[in-house]
Order: sequence, then C-alpha cells, then structure tokens
Amino acid sequence: MTPDIGLILGIDGIATGSIYVLVGLGLVLIFSVTRVVFVPFGDIVAFSALTLAAMQLGRMPGTVYLTATLAAVTCLVETGHHWRRGQPQRIARGVVIYGVLPLIPAAVAFLAAGTALPALAQIALAIALVVPIGPLIERIALRPLADASILLLLIVSVALTFGLSGLGLLFFGAEGFRTRPLTTEIFRFGTVIVTSQTILMVASAAVFSLLLFLFFEYTLPGRALRATSVNRIGARIVGIRPASTATLAFLLASLLGAISGILIGPTTTLYYDSGFIIGLKAFVGAIIGGLTSYPGAALGALFIGVLESFASFWNSSLKEVVVFSVLIPVLLWRSLSLGHVDEEDAEVEG
Amino acid sequence: MSRRAATALVLAAVVVVAAAPLWAAEFTITLLNYIGIYALVALGVVLLTGFGGLTSFGQAAFVGIAAYATAWLTAVEGASPWLGLLFALALTGLVAALLGAVTLRLGGHYLPLGTVAWGLAIFFLFGNFEALGRHNGIANVPPIFVGSISLEPTAAIFYLIWGVLIIATILIANLLESREGRAIRSLRGGVTMVESLGISVFRIRLMTFVIAALLAGLSGWLYAHMSRFVSPTPFDLRMGIEYLFMAILGGSGHILGAVVGAALLTLLQNALQDILPRFASNGQQLEAIVFSVIYVLVLQFARGGVMPLLLRFMPRAALPAIASAAPLPRRAMPNVGTPLLVAEGLVKRFGGLEAVSRVGFQVFAGEIVGLIGPNGAGKTTLFNLLTGAIRSDDGTISFLGEDISRAGQRRIATAGIARTFQHVRLRPRMSLIDNVLLGTYLRTRAGFLQSALRLDRTEEARARAEALHQLQRVGLAADPYNLAGNLPLGRQRLLEVARALATDPALIVLDEPAAGLSRPEKLALADLLRALRREGVTVLLVEHDVEFVMGLVDRIVVMDFGCKLAEGAPAAVRADPRVQAAYLGSVA
Repeated sequence: MTPDIGLILGIDGIATGSIYVLVGLGLVLIFSVTRVVFVPFGDIVAFSALTLAAMQLGRMPGTVYLTATLAAVTCLVETGHHWRRGQPQRIARGVVIYGVLPLIPAAVAFLAAGTALPALAQIALAIALVVPIGPLIERIALRPLADASILLLLIVSVALTFGLSGLGLLFFGAEGFRTRPLTTEIFRFGTVIVTSQTILMVASAAVFSLLLFLFFEYTLPGRALRATSVNRIGARIVGIRPASTATLAFLLASLLGAISGILIGPTTTLYYDSGFIIGLKAFVGAIIGGLTSYPGAALGALFIGVLESFASFWNSSLKEVVVFSVLIPVLLWRSLSLGHVDEEDAEVEG
Repeated sequence: MSRRAATALVLAAVVVVAAAPLWAAEFTITLLNYIGIYALVALGVVLLTGFGGLTSFGQAAFVGIAAYATAWLTAVEGASPWLGLLFALALTGLVAALLGAVTLRLGGHYLPLGTVAWGLAIFFLFGNFEALGRHNGIANVPPIFVGSISLEPTAAIFYLIWGVLIIATILIANLLESREGRAIRSLRGGVTMVESLGISVFRIRLMTFVIAALLAGLSGWLYAHMSRFVSPTPFDLRMGIEYLFMAILGGSGHILGAVVGAALLTLLQNALQDILPRFASNGQQLEAIVFSVIYVLVLQFARGGVMPLLLRFMPRAALPAIASAAPLPRRAMPNVGTPLLVAEGLVKRFGGLEAVSRVGFQVFAGEIVGLIGPNGAGKTTLFNLLTGAIRSDDGTISFLGEDISRAGQRRIATAGIARTFQHVRLRPRMSLIDNVLLGTYLRTRAGFLQSALRLDRTEEARARAEALHQLQRVGLAADPYNLAGNLPLGRQRLLEVARALATDPALIVLDEPAAGLSRPEKLALADLLRALRREGVTVLLVEHDVEFVMGLVDRIVVMDFGCKLAEGAPAAVRADPRVQAAYLGSVA
C-alpha cells in the first residue's frame, strides 16, 4: 500500500465514518435517555434514503404507507391505554399527537406524488416522512415496557428489527436504489482528490454534532434529556415526564437517522434491509465509546469507518468479519479496564 | 414444577414421540426432526438465559461452527461422522471458551451485543472461506451410520435426534438440581453475594456458556448429517435471534420451555407459510411482521412464555422430604482467645471523603464483638473491607495469621469468613433450602459432569441435611421449599444468617441482623449467636440496635466519622463520654 492509497482510504473511511457518527450519536441519545439499545435504528437510515430515491423517480414513497400503518397501530394502542385507565377524554389528544401529526408529511407526500418538487423540498419532505417512525415505534412497543430491564428492552428491540425489515420489504420492495448525487464537484489537494460529497458528509456530521451539543447545553428540553440520562428517578421527581423525554429522544434520533440516510443515499445502493448492518456498525463504534458518551461514540464511529475502508482494500469480502470482530478486543479491553461487573439484575421473566 | 411431574411429562413425550414413525407422515417426521434439532439449541438458551441470566443472540453461530466442522471433515476429508462429532464439539467448545473468556466478564447488555457482533462475524466468515465452499456451502455430507444401519431415512435419524434431545434434557435437569446448578441459578441478580460464598461467578458463567454452545454444537452436527448439506444461511444472526425467542416463547424459566418453544415456533412458521401467501405476493415479509408482533406481545404480556400456562394444568407432585445424612466435614475452630481478625490502620477513601480513617482493632476467637456507631460512621464500609467486597487504600487485615488485605471475596470466604448483607441479598425465586444450600458450595465438591450424571447424590444428601439443620437453627425449617421472596424482610435476614452458617465459618460477620425483627425474633437471634459462641464460632456484628448489642456482645468497637472512637466492654463503652456525645450530642 502506498501512502497515496492510504490517504485515499483514510478519507473514504472518514466519510463513511461520518455517517456512523450521526447514527452512533442517535443510538447513544436513545440509549442514555430511555435505556433502549435501539437495534432497528439503521432501518430508519435506509428508509430515509429509499424515500428520497422513490420521490426522485416520481413514485409514491413506501414511507407514506409505513407511517400510516404505524400511526394507525399507535392510535389503537393509545386508545386502549386510556380506555383501560378510565380516561376516555384523553383519547382525542392521543389520536391527534400520534395519529394526525405524523400523517401531515405523509399527506403532503401523497398529494404531491407525481409533481416534480425542487430537490431541496424533496429532501425536506423525505426527512419529515421518516422522522415520525422512531417515536411511533417507541410508543407502540417500548413505552409499555419503559420500566423493564435494559436486557429485556434490548430483546424487544431485536424483535422489532424483524418487523421493521418485514414492513420495509412490504412497502419498499426488494429492489435496491441509489439516490442522485447531492453535489458533483471535485476538489484537488495536490495529488489527492476529494469529492464534494465527502466534504458534505463530514461537514454535516460536524454541524449536526455541534447542534446536538448546543441543544443539550443551552436549551431546556436538552437539559431535561441530559437530566433523564443521568438519573431517571431524579428527573421524574423534578417534573420531567419520562414519556415526553423518550418521545423527544426518539424524535431527535430519527432526525439524525433520516439525515444520515440522505447523506449515504448517493454513495451506495441501499435495499430495504441495508440499514441493519449500517446500524450495527454504528453500534460497534458507539460501544467503543461505552454507549453513553457522545464524543466517545463519535470517535468510535470514525474509527469503524476508517477500519472498514482499509479492511475492504485488504479483502473486500472479509471487511464485515473484520468490522464485527473488532468488537471482541474492544470488549476485552473494556472488561479489563472496568474491572467490575454490572450489578444489574438480568431477569427475563416477568 | 417438581422433578416427578417433569419426569412424567418427559416420559409422556417419549412415548408420543417414539411412536411418531408409526402414526405420522414423512413430512410430519421431518418437522419433528427440525423441532428436535432446534430444541437442542433452545435448551442451551434456556440454561444460559432462563437460569443463568446471560443472553446470547449468537447461538446459531455455534450451530454453524459444528455443522461446518463435521461437514468439512466428512464430506471433504472423508472421515466418519462420529469423528466429525468429536471434531465439531471440540471446535465449538474451544471457540465458545475463547469468546466467553473475552465477553463474560462484562455484565448487562454488553454480552448480548457482543454475541450479535460475533454472530455476524462468524456468519460472514462461513460465506467467504474457499475451503468451506463460500456461499454455496458444502454438499454431499454423508449420513450417520450406527454399525451398518444408515440413519439416512427421515424416520431413522429421527430416533437419534430425539434420543439426544431427551438425554440432554435429563442431564441438564440433573445439573440444575445440583451444587453447580444452584450456582448457575444464583447468577441471576448481583454477583457480590455469589462471590461472597466462594463461588467464582466467572467460572460458572463460562461453564454455562460452553455447555450451551456444546448443545448448539450437537444440534449442528445432527443438522449437517440430516440435511446432508450446509450453507451459511441457516446459521445467520436471524436464526440466532430465533433460538432466543424459542426459549422465551416456550418459557425460559423452565427446562421443557425449550421443546415447547421450538415446537411452537416451527409449527407456527409452517402454518404461516401455508396461510400468508394468500394475503401477499411474498409471504416471507408478512411472516417476519407476524413473528415480530408475537414476540413483542409475549414480551409485553407473558414474559414467562407458554410453560407457566401449561404448568397450571399439571398436578403438583409432593416435594421430597429432606432425610438426615452424615454431616458435612467441619473446619477445626481456632482456640478460644487467639487473635482471629487483626485490622491495622485501615483507610478507605471515596473521592475526597475518608469513609474509614486509620481504623485498627482485633477480634479474638470465640467472642462476640459489636461494631456500632451513628449513621454514616463508616461501619458498612469497614465491613466491606473486611469481607473483600472493596479494597482498602491503606492498612492491613490479617485473619488467622494470614494477610487478607488484598484478597478477593472468594479467598476470604475460603479462609472462613462468612457474611450477611445490610440490604438482603437472596435469590427470591429460589426456595429457602436452595438459598441455604448455596452456602455449602465450598464444602462440597461435585462438578458439572458428576452432577449431570447424578453421581453427586450422597454428597448432595449431606448438603441438604446440613442446609435443613441451619434452617432449623434460625427457625425457618417449617417450609423449606417456600420461596425466599415470600418471606418478610426480618425473616429474610435470618435466612441470610442460615446461609452464612452453612459455609461453616470460623468468623461470621453480620450486617444489622436484627433490623426488621420482632422482639421475640431478636431474642431468638441473640440465643442463636450465643450458641454459636459456645461452638467456637466468632461473631462480629454491625448493629444499630444498641440494646440488642449491649446485652449480647463481649466487646464493642464504636466508630464515628470514619474513626474508631472507643473500644472495650459494653459497660465501659456506655459510660464513655465521647460515645455519649457521638450518640446524644455533647452536653457542654
């Protein structure tokens, strides 16, 4: 390997790594606030890219039906919840929040289907279509178990990946898509060529990480999220509702996932189930950072991106093996540096 | 469920299943073969997750390692399938031991996430190895021969599969009712208590993990020679996840949950494959959705799975009475009056706070020493230092002349110190007798294999008699099969005392044993502690109840703000003005 190739691989890895950074930040956000290791998160990334691809082809994106299905189920769950607790007056509010709000972008997309929207409007609409998926899933499957152990939440979240990939196949079909490039310019730095797509990916990761930081640091909802992740019971005592922080965490994370999807769309062909592997790679990155640290997750994600890039140069068919096996030395290192074992109870039975 | 009911159910299953080739069509037998093969893996998951509290999404990878190992050795290298079995199990066990050694020290969610990662890595490896036929796999795997009988026909290998499954189920059931099995069951919950009894949590976890992997390996071997073909797909992560859900669906808290879950899932899958194509062009996508919905509903509403529902219809067999047996060997108690525990200059800091500040004292064999002090005096920290739950920053502790300053909990337990906990640490879903039996771990020897083959019964009977004896001493022997979680808090403390006594300690350290006890119970506890003193057991107790302590102990150590304030006979300590000031506030 020449230094030039090394440089190219490195730049390529950092570009991919930037996507993992955004996905990893979303995973850490969800985990630290709700204790859910949200395995299906990668699906949101893939769905976002597929949504944009469908719009660019002038087709109705499957997300419209997907969101409608999820919203309908959520309305049923919400209605049942309030009915059983003898609070039927709350049903209307629940239906508006979970049934009407998520369907606004879907309705827009439905009506706009076939008309040629400007590129930026398409991107905005695609993101708006995908963002409700996270909070809706949280409401349907995870909130009823909000007080369960991390392990049980993880198992539920794994069960959800089955369902979400099934829904993905149902609504997006088995065909793979690649979105149109967002930019096509090419920059030369001496012998090294950098595409504007790469710059866009890295810059977006940096900008959105910064925005997330500012949100946590300077806004009240951001501080509420931080408070919840530090101490759930304490946050509850000072009046922070766990349900609303969970919704907010999933909403923000979905936004990060949707943006990642838009960014990764032009670089590779994505299928309905491509998200799973993307999500897991971001996970490996986040675990390197300990799953609770944002900067740690970002660094871990960049490392995974670069590692993947070099591994695919070395042996493209074994790159997945390399990326996933790297978790084992990482876990070894963590187990040695931690030195103690969690005291958390690992109950599966109820 | 009792062992007898379990045996009855197993026997009934044996009869129905054994007769299957007589009443069932070829397709049904194929289905039964798959159920058996899946159930073997699920049995490992039940052991691992349901009993051991460890979750793995990666069992399919072990199935795959074994299947590929035997397929390669027999189809490519032309060896006998029986050699393939040995090779497959050896390789699976080795890989499991290596992966376990790396990941099992991690608690909580890291282990399952780790299993996802290596489950994927191993799967991708299968598809990229030239020698393993890449994504095409290995074809023409030979069938198994027993002597000259070929197990190629579906009905023939059926007997092998179900024979292996039934034997494996019985062995695992035996194991769970033994010394090591109780240790496995005690893994669910915190590790401090388990280690304080001298049980190596890591070793038990590793063994459990390897056993589960070997069961998966057996399944993989059977699979390879039944389907006569291996390719990467049946060993992907998705299948690994399904094995976990089989166990949860069937009931991970019960050994038969594995078969029930495997049967349910296979039959449901089969039924859905018939029904769903009528609703959608591609039934597969709906199948995944249907299963996802079922899993989420089960986890939300019936986490125990199907088994608890089935067990409601089963008669409860009588639990075996605990017979008397030769007592377990006891340690030689040190001579009364010799220095037993010597602490010098102990320091423990938490950040800037010095919780224990240069504390030194002695405990002599055969006496009862009380450690008292106001809230926050550092009593519990000192207690944790003495029992090895935390390490001191400075100072030395020696026990019977041996330096234990840096010893872990297990070494301290082996040396002869037993403890109870301020916040009771029991296994609420285990019976009283099983909780106390955990205490006999270091006094018994039976290993995993011995227990699975029931060669441990003499020793087990002695341990049970010992545990019952300790229950009698604390007044809890009336219903030894009651679950520990059903006891009120005060009685749970007594149960902890019984567990500590079952370790046959030279020194027993009790953390607020009288808290939550009624007055008659306190009197009975005081009598018990005096009886222990007569037997030569030394007692160190941390207590808030000054009246209880004053009437009982030989000497008192008083702590305040992390320092030793006073030491001496109860009356002298009570008269000490510094002690009065600490407790009542200074008069001046």
